[in-house]
Amino acid sequence: MISKKEVEHIAKLARIGLTSGEIEKFQKELSSILDYFEKLEEVDVSEAEPTSHSITRAIAKGEDTAAASLTTRALAKGGDEAAASLTTRAIASSTELENVTRKDEVRLNGASVDEAEKLLDLVPDKKNGYVKVRAILK
Amino acid sequence: MNLTDLTITQVHQGLAKKEFSVLELCRVYLERIKNRDKEISAFLTVNEDLALSQAKKIDDLIYVGKKIPVLAGVPCAIKDNILVEEIRCTAASKILENYIASYDATVIKRLKEQGAVFLGKTNMDEFAMGSSTENSAFGPTKNPRDLSRVPGGSSGGSAAAVAGNLCCYALGSDTGGSIRLPASFCGAVGLKPTYGAVSRYGLIAFASSLDQIGPITKTAEDAKIVFDVISGKDKMDSTSVNPKSDPSTSSGSSRAKSRDEIRNPKQIQNLRIGVPREYFVKGIDPEVEKVIKGAIKKYEEMGAKIEEVSLPHTEYALSCYYIIAPSEASANLARYDAIRYGGIPEGPRPFCEKGGAYGAGKNKKLKIKDLFDYYLIAREEGFGAEVRRRIIIGAYTLSAGYYEAYYLKAQKVRTLISDDFEKVFRKVDVLMTPVSPFLPFKIGEKIEDPLSMYLVDVYTVSVNLAGLPALSLPVGKVGELPVGLQIIGKPFEEQKILNIGKHFKEM
Repeated sequence: MISKKEVEHIAKLARIGLTSGEIEKFQKELSSILDYFEKLEEVDVSEAEPTSHSITRAIAKGEDTAAASLTTRALAKGGDEAAASLTTRAIASSTELENVTRKDEVRLNGASVDEAEKLLDLVPDKKNGYVKVRAILK
Repeated sequence: MNLTDLTITQVHQGLAKKEFSVLELCRVYLERIKNRDKEISAFLTVNEDLALSQAKKIDDLIYVGKKIPVLAGVPCAIKDNILVEEIRCTAASKILENYIASYDATVIKRLKEQGAVFLGKTNMDEFAMGSSTENSAFGPTKNPRDLSRVPGGSSGGSAAAVAGNLCCYALGSDTGGSIRLPASFCGAVGLKPTYGAVSRYGLIAFASSLDQIGPITKTAEDAKIVFDVISGKDKMDSTSVNPKSDPSTSSGSSRAKSRDEIRNPKQIQNLRIGVPREYFVKGIDPEVEKVIKGAIKKYEEMGAKIEEVSLPHTEYALSCYYIIAPSEASANLARYDAIRYGGIPEGPRPFCEKGGAYGAGKNKKLKIKDLFDYYLIAREEGFGAEVRRRIIIGAYTLSAGYYEAYYLKAQKVRTLISDDFEKVFRKVDVLMTPVSPFLPFKIGEKIEDPLSMYLVDVYTVSVNLAGLPALSLPVGKVGELPVGLQIIGKPFEEQKILNIGKHFKEM
């Protein structure tokens, strides 16, 4: 059973406010959910690599989908961690997986001014085109 | 002819033959929404002006004799976690109550290129967390087949809008069953595509390794039309990929060809259908089981070979999912700080009167000490109970000391669940299971007990964990309540499961 204190602590870590009545309610609910998770203790995972994402090997290798292995870890199986991450990177490059980032530059064309205005319109508290934030340091 | 009964294909034919105009069709739908949606509450936002102006543009094209794409002028509805530029997008959350989308999601861009007409944004469980659409901050949606029951969730508004003839088709999103379950509960067709088949750019993130956008439609043929338009590689989503090209899918001429496929019985005759025994165990409603078994029997009568298979880790999928999804959610929802958008409303706490999910800040005097306090209050009042519950579960399962026991363990079990599918797909072409062990339940029946609500997803979450495509197909009823068959395919074999779905209607 998760304690009241733990619920309060985790809620704070997650920046979630709870009323005192809710702390008790959440304590009960979370406990029953965590108890349910204990089912996983039955599973032998000594041979299993963790999967964080399902990326198909079929795509990576251009193989027939029938032979598709569903995840990156399948390729990494049997290898050490360094090899695993290399394989993941290899898949990433062959599937053109890459982070989508914008160039770090000031955009001065008209469209970006519009964009900035649209975003500023949504800000609840602002001054002279700046977003107002509460003091972080006292 | 009742215009709101028509499928996408029928609307397209009607428009091409000038039997009715887009404007006329649009007005009929808007009128119906005005009357019928008072009872169903499928829509959170109806954008009449935008819809009518889009309609007029397509009418002009038809008037000058232009050939129009199949989705042009077809009125649709969009789940309210998918961004449509300049339209409010709330994810059914108070924290996004006044959020105006500043750009189009990729799926929306693709639909706009086709000339789609957007009637409005549909209700859902807040941030797509739920199985009944009762977790919406703006009130529940009702099942159009029986107004005392839930439409399923989280894309309940989209499914209810399609089933209630309030739109011709809709988009939903599916993280653990959120397209398939409401499609099943409302008697519509829902497709959860392979992870990566459809760009997630512009979808409000819940659990990024599981989320997929997909269509909810009246027929499998319609689902194929929408899927063909929205799928494909997008440079804004690095996890999106180009599916294997299907010769019949290039838009325009696709209709005639896909009809050939329907009439080709060979496809079913050579089909090997796996029926996983773990999906027919204690806990399933016997009436549901009867309908599903009857549907599988029909495919057998058409010549398919039915084989019982085993997915031994099925019973662990739900725990695995309810660790992984909240973990990812706790990270994804950290961005809602109420500083760049949202904010804490001033004055009396307007949404704390009724108690229940939104009773959090009852009678609270608002004194904000510092930034930390601001976060706590903004997120207490902005998020409903289920969202806060999941953020806390996720923060817990990721926290030091518990990470290995919960999150890492779940990731390893995820591997075993994927392996199960990989193994059976060496023997069979598709799997058939129920979408849910239950019939649509009464509003209020499960909302007070989170765990009982999670159990509704027991047959749908594995598919997301393994990243597979799956179709929810209405195959029968118990009384007035629809039952959905789940057809699970190999990665990127959407066309196959959609074609199998089409054959059922032909029977």
